[in-house]
Amino acid sequence: MNVRRRIMDRMWLGFALVAVVLALLPLASIIYYVTVRGIAAISLSFLTHNFNQVGTNGGIANALEGTFLVVLLSSAIGIPIGLLSGVYISEYGTQRIADSVRFLADVLVGIPSIVTGILVYSAVVVSFPAPYNGYTAFAAGVALGLMEIPIVANTTSEALRLVPNSLREASTALGVRKWRTIILIMANAIGGILTGILLATSRVAGETAPLLLTALGSTQTFQGWFNSIETMTLFIFQNGTSGTPYLVQQAWGASFILLVTVLGINVAIRLVTRKRIVFV
Amino acid sequence: MYNTPQGVSVETEPESSSDVILPLEAQRSPIVEVKQLNAWYGSQQVLKDVSMKFARNHVTAIIGPSGCGKSTLVRCVNRLHELVPNATLTGSVMLEGVDIYGKQIDAVDVRRRIGMVFQKPNPFPNMSIRDNVVAGLKLAGVRDKKKLDVVAKNALQQAFLWDEVKDKLENSGASISGGQQQRLCIARALAVEPEVILMDEPCSALDPTATAKIEELVIKLSDTYTVIIVTHNMQQASRVADYTAFMYLGKLIEYDETAKMFETPREELTERYITGKFG
Repeated sequence: MNVRRRIMDRMWLGFALVAVVLALLPLASIIYYVTVRGIAAISLSFLTHNFNQVGTNGGIANALEGTFLVVLLSSAIGIPIGLLSGVYISEYGTQRIADSVRFLADVLVGIPSIVTGILVYSAVVVSFPAPYNGYTAFAAGVALGLMEIPIVANTTSEALRLVPNSLREASTALGVRKWRTIILIMANAIGGILTGILLATSRVAGETAPLLLTALGSTQTFQGWFNSIETMTLFIFQNGTSGTPYLVQQAWGASFILLVTVLGINVAIRLVTRKRIVFV
Repeated sequence: MYNTPQGVSVETEPESSSDVILPLEAQRSPIVEVKQLNAWYGSQQVLKDVSMKFARNHVTAIIGPSGCGKSTLVRCVNRLHELVPNATLTGSVMLEGVDIYGKQIDAVDVRRRIGMVFQKPNPFPNMSIRDNVVAGLKLAGVRDKKKLDVVAKNALQQAFLWDEVKDKLENSGASISGGQQQRLCIARALAVEPEVILMDEPCSALDPTATAKIEELVIKLSDTYTVIIVTHNMQQASRVADYTAFMYLGKLIEYDETAKMFETPREELTERYITGKFG
């Protein structure tokens, strides 16, 4: 009996270990493969030159710039709206309203990004009056911004709810106005709030689907918000599937840069959540 | 016969608090007067027709078993009660003759004049000791650093904390001991210069030494301020309070000079409580 129990125990341990290896193997191979193939493509000229289809000195400068600008616009839309929604959910709404808004935000987080893309396609790309219509950097920013809102709202409201109520009462009992009390509470939740912002940013920086319907891609540097724009993910998509070995290699290089960026943001999240941040 | 939450049977509902005779000093010059106060959390009534006057520059203790409404009573006096979802109240609370629940009255002003110290020390953990003390002023927009430093020092001295923290004013407010944190919270309340200080079981999370310091402080504070202190601890009430009110099941049962209350209580219920027969 005792022996049988020990064998079962070992068996389950074995299954669990195999599962962990199966889970980590693809992850590790992605990082390995992207790094090995990507680094081969990287050079200073790769980082400083725009896309070049025929020559050998093409690069990702315009794609990097595009991703930066589109994420910047999306954050300018998504962070303030998401933050204020999160504050409303946690600090103002009655329990019922707060619960329904939180449920809504959960649903919005789960919307497939291509659906957000088609929405912005029909609302902006097709419907805006000329010359603001068509595939534009603006539409891309709006699409990604819509994706950021619920992520920031959810993490903000969760972070605020973790701040003990005794601090709200302490502040209120000192005769501090509600909005100032809320700023104080936000200062106490700053780690969680920043985590949400970084999470949202890194999530949309890696998006491709909604950009196919909004940004389209470009071989040029930024031409204004109402022109099409290149991004890292579109660069990878278009070159990676081109069949031309040189361009495929460029796609690997771009993948490596994107991977490093997103991993970097995630490391930053770790650091932010570990460190106590003081202000006010 | 019915069972109380404490599992003790009582023959009848306690008598209405309008029969309670108020102590003379409180009658003569009350700073705070509670009139026919009823309070609810949802459908549960926690205060039943409470009327009482609080004497200026004295310490008044409110005692009674858990759930008797003593905390709710003080939370009604600085309008914290209304922040709890579904909390309601009727009746009035007069501060210097003006109803703090009046239509023209801003709750923020009321809370400036009536400060509060809570059960558990709750310094702001992301602020230094100094910033904790002047948080009420800073968050109200006062920026004059010199003035803030003076206020911080005065308040810390008044709270008997200055000597212990004067060399570490920039350390976090959460870095000092529990008893020191509670005195920091008292200093924080004093810094906005209130007229009345409410204390909701301020020593229940502290050890006896820290408790003794707070009690000494409470007595000293009543030279300048009116103190209303909720306590579980009857010895504490007898040590610090000039007047004591006994509450039970949301009603004010008896209210008198502390010595009289503990030596010759008028109500049988009071006697049973202070002699430890229930509670």
